[in-house]
Amino acid sequence: MFQVRIHGRGGQGVVTGAEMLSIAAFLGGRHAQAFPSFGSERTGAPVVAFCRIDDKEIRLREPIMEPDALIIQDPTLLHQVDVFSGLKKNGYILINTTRTFDQLGLGEFVKDFRHEHLLTVPASELAMKHVRRAVPNVPLLGAFAALCGLITLEAVQAAIGQKFHGAVAQGNMEAAREAYNIVKTQKTVAEVHHA
Amino acid sequence: MLEQCEGSHAVAKAVALSRPEVICAYPISPQTHIVEGLGEMVKSGDLTRCEFINVESEFAAMSVAIGASAAGARAYTATASQGLLFMAEAVYNASGLGLPIVMTVANRAIGAPINIWNDHTDSMSMRDAGWIQIFAETNQEALDLHIQAFRIAEELSLPVMVCMDGFILTHAYERIDIPEQEQVDRYLPPYEPRLVLDPNDPVTIGAMVGPEAFTEVRYLAHAKQMQALELMPQIAEEFKQVFGRDSGGLIKPYRLDDAQTIVIALGSVLGTIKDTVDDMREQGVKIGVLGITSFRPFPISAIRDAIADATRIVVVEKCFAVGIGGIVSRDVRSAVRNRPQTVLTVVAGLGGRAITKASLQKMLLDAIDDKLELLTFLDLDWGIVNRVLDREKQQRRSGPVAEGILRDMGTVSSRIG
Repeated sequence: MFQVRIHGRGGQGVVTGAEMLSIAAFLGGRHAQAFPSFGSERTGAPVVAFCRIDDKEIRLREPIMEPDALIIQDPTLLHQVDVFSGLKKNGYILINTTRTFDQLGLGEFVKDFRHEHLLTVPASELAMKHVRRAVPNVPLLGAFAALCGLITLEAVQAAIGQKFHGAVAQGNMEAAREAYNIVKTQKTVAEVHHA
Repeated sequence: MLEQCEGSHAVAKAVALSRPEVICAYPISPQTHIVEGLGEMVKSGDLTRCEFINVESEFAAMSVAIGASAAGARAYTATASQGLLFMAEAVYNASGLGLPIVMTVANRAIGAPINIWNDHTDSMSMRDAGWIQIFAETNQEALDLHIQAFRIAEELSLPVMVCMDGFILTHAYERIDIPEQEQVDRYLPPYEPRLVLDPNDPVTIGAMVGPEAFTEVRYLAHAKQMQALELMPQIAEEFKQVFGRDSGGLIKPYRLDDAQTIVIALGSVLGTIKDTVDDMREQGVKIGVLGITSFRPFPISAIRDAIADATRIVVVEKCFAVGIGGIVSRDVRSAVRNRPQTVLTVVAGLGGRAITKASLQKMLLDAIDDKLELLTFLDLDWGIVNRVLDREKQQRRSGPVAEGILRDMGTVSSRIG
């Protein structure tokens, strides 16, 4: 079972992000379970949502306390919430920011992680560019597809199509694609660099 | 067709496929998405021959459902928590009159202190109201149980409450097999009322009954629920024939063979318990699970037979009767009467407290080592409790309990679980 925890703030589409991730996994033939942290969420307040992905039926209903991957939609949470709580050794970390892990002050924390599991993406900027709203959930899913290969970009696009319509769906699809491509390009560069 | 969707959406689909004629609703979390979904289907024309009535309260919701059902319509509503309490008088009337209304209760705690999260206190407050109460373990089962609920309700002329865990199920996205209309039509015939307000054949419904026959009317309500014990497994069997799935019935045994310890529970926590039990079985612990689907009627014989060979029964329940203890476990104790079996009550998951595998496993190992009290509150924070008790000892004006605790704890927004 692969477990993803998404941290963000009310209004950033955290819950919708987890739901779309589950739809994308379902479209890939997997079992998936997405659920919010059930707070009485308010705009700007810390919000958590969860998504489990497995090849068999998922019965477990506890919150995800030991995630395989973290998606952090708002880097200001790093100083407010224990977002890394329980993260598995060598888990994936995806952060919405224009900065690097070092610039965020996380260099020391992640120094033993596999660097190809760590990623920052300017998701808010991509959302502003394509959807004209700083809702980073969808570009982060595009980036997540490229980061760990658990879901495909096509499945993310289809999930967007189920959740949104018209211009919003179109803009989000483009934002997801650009985020996906940015990560793929970075990875290719990194691989060439390594070789 | 398989779909990845929210539990509330699946239930709205199930209700729509059951061709309701009147839906009355008043919004309350965590039930709201269900009636919102149905409202959209009526407005868009996807659900035809159905009147959607926005009412001014839960009391009105159940009153309208009673009127609609008495007029011969298939009637549905949904509520939760304080909403169920607010409609309480009408809840008793619906069953007392024998009207086959189906209602979803998206289980939620009851205040004060106000709490929007899941437990079973709301449904349990109506356990003696004469409704059939069935509990869903998964969203697939929630969908299936709603279709079965209309069959059960209409065959017996009794209302059915389908209970599903608020948020944990209603707001969870899962893989759901949504049936075809043709399948549901084959399974669920049009409503043929036993009693109906028909101007061409006028009757009175709701007469006053004095001491000369009140006991008999009440006994008949009990007898009908005893009939339900026979009927519900048949309805589940027919469901399996049409839809190809095991859903409903009275109880759900899991790994009971040679189990010395059996965990009993209702609703979505059964999934986490089954995973815990699988882990413990791998460690060689002889343990199993019994899910109760039908809480009213309480399948006392089926439970008695299913747990006959166990030495210890642990009832995990998301509710309790203040001043005495377990509610489900009290009924389980009546099922094991005259037997040397220990029945332990574990109150868990109140007001949305997460029930984790780790806590369950630790508690169950304690139970097996005979270290568990008859009544245990899982993961109770004694630090919080003792601070309040100390404050009350020291100060006459110790202040409101809930607010005092929140002040003691400081911010909780940074916690994950």
